[in-house]
Amino acid sequence: MTFSPRILAVATILVALSTSLLAQQVSTGLRGPTPLNEVGPAAPMTPLKNTAEKEVRNYPEQPPVIPHSIEGYQIDMNGNKCLSCHARARIAESLAPMISITHFMDRDGQFLATVSPRRFFCTECHVPQHTTTPPVTNDFVDIDSMLNKATPGGRR
Amino acid sequence: MSVAGETKPTKFARVRGFVVDLWYVLIRPSSVFGLGVLVLAGFVAGVIFWGGFNTALEITNTEKFCTGCHEMRDNVFAELKTTIHFSNRSGVRASCPDCHVPHNWTDKIARKMQASKEVWGHLFGTIDTRDKFRDHRQELALHEWARFKANDSLECRNCHSAQSMDITKQSPRASVAHQRFLFTGDKTCIDCHKGIAHQLPDMRGVPGWQ
Repeated sequence: MTFSPRILAVATILVALSTSLLAQQVSTGLRGPTPLNEVGPAAPMTPLKNTAEKEVRNYPEQPPVIPHSIEGYQIDMNGNKCLSCHARARIAESLAPMISITHFMDRDGQFLATVSPRRFFCTECHVPQHTTTPPVTNDFVDIDSMLNKATPGGRR
Repeated sequence: MSVAGETKPTKFARVRGFVVDLWYVLIRPSSVFGLGVLVLAGFVAGVIFWGGFNTALEITNTEKFCTGCHEMRDNVFAELKTTIHFSNRSGVRASCPDCHVPHNWTDKIARKMQASKEVWGHLFGTIDTRDKFRDHRQELALHEWARFKANDSLECRNCHSAQSMDITKQSPRASVAHQRFLFTGDKTCIDCHKGIAHQLPDMRGVPGWQ
């Protein structure tokens, strides 16, 4: 199959036009209406949620989110500010939830006497929350709602 | 040792002679100046001396002076720059002496005399590299924590007073903690607020830390 140079040229122009048009119309939630080849204005910074009220987990394995500001909290080989409230020996005074027993397990499932090194860096899994509306919506439904929908009236 | 018959006095003997002459002038009443002139001159000299002394003292009490040595500029001052005590929404800055030098005059002089140890440390390079500073960081921090603990965190309270604290404007967590520990006198600021202006040293063994 062969194309004449004229047809090839027209096809090339059409493709070029359509992609550049597309590029201007693409609007992902996070970057807004800014074209892909331009850098838009940075979104304003939002304050951290700082109510200290526990948030419901979306699924049982979810690492609980941090409901308070952790600005300036030091977590390194010298110390761990989070553990000064959430450690086993500290919760009586701080009234904070104790870190889960799973944090004492090494990767072979053996329980250690204290926090396992692989669980030491809290913010690898636990993150504070910003007071903002999500720029991208999602239709996640948690398992309890799913089960209720499957068996209306609570029949299990 | 002076040799008998030598006419030229040694340097020591000349200085000694001058001091002895001066002493005899000082202990005898003046025969030239009136009492009023002497009192007035003494007063003026006193004002100049005291003003000069205090001005010099205040120069050593500035952020610029403290960060004149690279030990402070590259370690603790660099760390302070990232914290809320350096830059914040209202633009009030706590600089080095606000927290590390007592504001009360007598205590200030006592602290300034202690600081001669720091001059020694600077001259002999006790913490002249980052590694050496890290090695001494716990010792230095323990000194400061002990001072804050002993004076009930006075340097914190020069700005942050419990009486002017509106706990309804604080986060629920801070509000509860201040009511339980600060207002009851159970704890003082430094007990919980360690490492707010500089990085922490090795915290093993520090009460409340792991």
